[in-house]
Amino acid sequence: MSVATAETANHDLTIPSGARALLTVEHLTMRFGGLVAVDDVSFAAGDAEITAIIGPNGAGKTTLFNCLTGFYKPTVGRLTLDRGEKQFLLERMDDFRIAQQAHVARTFQNIRLFPAMSVLENLIVAQHNALMRASGYTVFGLFGIGGYQKAEREAIDWARYWLEQVRLVERADDNAGDLPYGAQRRLEIARAMCSRPALLCLDEPAAGLNPRESAELNELLLYIKQQHKIGLLLIEHDMSVVMEISDHIVVLDYGRKISDGTPAHVRADPAVVRAYLGEEEDDEIPAEVAADLAEDQDPGADGSGEVRGG
Amino acid sequence: MAVEAGKRAALEGTVDFQAILKEAGLAALVAFGLAISIVGVRTVTIPGGLGLEYRWEWVVIAVVGVFLGRFALAYRRETRSPGRRAEREEAMDRIGAQVQRMAKVAGPLLVVLAIALPWMPFSNRYIVDIATLVVMYIMLGWGLNIVVGLAGLLDLGYVAFYAVGAYSYALIAVYFDLSFWICLPLAGLFAATFGVLLGFPVLRLRGDYLAIVTLGFGEIIRVVLLNWYEFTRGPDGISGIPRPSFFGLPFSRRVQEGEQSFHTFFGLDFSSMHRIVFLYYLILALALITNLFTMRIRKLPVGRAWEALREDEIACRSLGINPTNTKLTAFAIGAMFGGFAGSFFATRQGFISPESFTFVESAVILAIVVLGGMGSQIGVVIAAVVLIGGTELFRELEQFRMLAFGGLMVLIMVWRPRGLLAHRDPTMLLDTDSPSATAGKSSP
Ligand SMILES: Nc1ncnc2c1ncn2[C@@H]1O[C@H](COP(=O)(O)OP(=O)(O)OP(=O)(O)O)[C@@H](O)[C@H]1O
Ligand SMILES: [Mg+2]
Repeated sequence: MSVATAETANHDLTIPSGARALLTVEHLTMRFGGLVAVDDVSFAAGDAEITAIIGPNGAGKTTLFNCLTGFYKPTVGRLTLDRGEKQFLLERMDDFRIAQQAHVARTFQNIRLFPAMSVLENLIVAQHNALMRASGYTVFGLFGIGGYQKAEREAIDWARYWLEQVRLVERADDNAGDLPYGAQRRLEIARAMCSRPALLCLDEPAAGLNPRESAELNELLLYIKQQHKIGLLLIEHDMSVVMEISDHIVVLDYGRKISDGTPAHVRADPAVVRAYLGEEEDDEIPAEVAADLAEDQDPGADGSGEVRGG
Repeated sequence: MAVEAGKRAALEGTVDFQAILKEAGLAALVAFGLAISIVGVRTVTIPGGLGLEYRWEWVVIAVVGVFLGRFALAYRRETRSPGRRAEREEAMDRIGAQVQRMAKVAGPLLVVLAIALPWMPFSNRYIVDIATLVVMYIMLGWGLNIVVGLAGLLDLGYVAFYAVGAYSYALIAVYFDLSFWICLPLAGLFAATFGVLLGFPVLRLRGDYLAIVTLGFGEIIRVVLLNWYEFTRGPDGISGIPRPSFFGLPFSRRVQEGEQSFHTFFGLDFSSMHRIVFLYYLILALALITNLFTMRIRKLPVGRAWEALREDEIACRSLGINPTNTKLTAFAIGAMFGGFAGSFFATRQGFISPESFTFVESAVILAIVVLGGMGSQIGVVIAAVVLIGGTELFRELEQFRMLAFGGLMVLIMVWRPRGLLAHRDPTMLLDTDSPSATAGKSSP
């Protein structure tokens, strides 16, 4: 097994743009038995900007997300979410509390919607906690007293706003499971946004999208960043997406951080090239990745070389 | 394996007879093993003791029957085009949707019919009794539907809450001499508390594990009731449970000096039907409350969270829904309605013992929910009428009705695993006419 970097781990916490750090990951390690899926990773993600996490298959990107959102308890490490007025130590919180209190929302690599519920209901469920309070924890809502009706109308308006952003207004009353794949991906993003997150984590949102859908997704993500001023953490394989829209890129390989910086910096980093154009044979999808990288690299890089990742 | 083969055969347009024969042969072998001991040998009393009678012809019939049946099944499976199943599913979905739509009109009509039932010319004591039983199971079905249909928690021990309700009612009524209308909410409260107590440790489990643990809890409750003699009077049961009164007016023939009973107060001749009709209306009202409650809570955030949990628990967690609390509310509310039904059962029977709360009860209630279509309120009504009314009507068939009941369950599970009328209408619609209030600029 070729390990990309033999040097000491890079614990650089700087954010290239100088933005305020929304999320700080320090010495994050996640072990599964003997396997170290995430190995002593540190980085910081800025507020109101897009931080991309890239790396070949099995680099530990999804595991990093699972640690961030509380689905895994990290073996070692500190995860701080700083919302300005309040700080949260995510590694100590339950998964649902991270969403509820720290306002970290996420999407999943293999889409997780509520398939038998309507598109609109999916978005209303995302506003569960606010609506629960409005319904007096069900007691008042049951008897129709209090401001539940109004709160529900507002929730529907908020949902409608996001349906407009992802162009799903027409499908609002259809079952989420009946939507085509690309629409399901968009709905999952809309659902996460409906929960009014401070940090949105997207696990390969462009996977399986055609080029037109992928371009629309870029616009949507930029729109979210600019209009709603939240931090986005983006796992992505599609280099065209990553290079175009991210402000900051963190590269993982075999669980370690091998590069961290602006898109231009990462693109030129020899460690990244080595990781992506490694000498292993088991390449899966990476034709376009290779092409993208080769294109962006100095002309000397051989695009037809064996590529690992995807 | 067999399915794989089937797909291949369907694609190639050929049928693999060898595989089918092998499958049928295997089934026949199993049948042979079972039949030889179960139907092949029979003990008979012969002069001078017990003897054995051999019935080989029965074994042959059983084995040949199984072989042919399995062969036919496998052949059908291999030759059927794969699209058929999807088509049928779709057709059933349409029927489900139609019934649901019809239920909006037919629902109130059914309620009116149910109210008018005791006054119909054909109605008699027997019919009202059966109707009471059916409505009681409808209520239990609706209660369990909250847990299984909405929240997706497979609870095989629902009868435990029914028992807790019945026993709390009986014990409170007997020892403290409180009236029905005070005992009823107390019994519901006790059952709900039990729901929370049992739910807390087990709701972390998923799917099959939860089913097995709830099954165990159901049995534990029954065994405790059976053995805690000082408190529950064990297998002797509790008798002399006070009958419900019509807001203080008892339904008794003889009246004590200076007091009134239902018939004297209203100046009627005494009739034993009064109480029976009253009980019927009582359970009808309780059941309708359960239904109203469910329909209402489905449209509240907690109801949507239940359904969302059923769909995808991980996604729910990622949206900040506390899964344990949400499941606990479903468990507790389901238990509460089970408790109400239990108190009704106790007051109707006047006597309860642990025998009334066996696993079979849980199975029947679950069957009502599952057959009707999980989450479908009208499905529960239809299933309860068919299962309870049907089994009551065919009482002469004795043990065969349980066989038919089991067969029906297997058929439904094979044919339509989500239940006959499984169809879900959204709990809210987006009215596309009114413009968005908070909409910013249009889609990028
Ligand atoms: N729950 C788990 N138990 C054991 N090993 C795991 C677990 N989750 C992830 N892993 C392992 O950790 C490593 C990193 O997996 P991860 O899913 O984080 O990769 P990834 O970077 O998201 O890859 P991909 O691009 O394929 O999504 C893999 O070797 C994987 O097999
Ligand atoms: Mg992944």
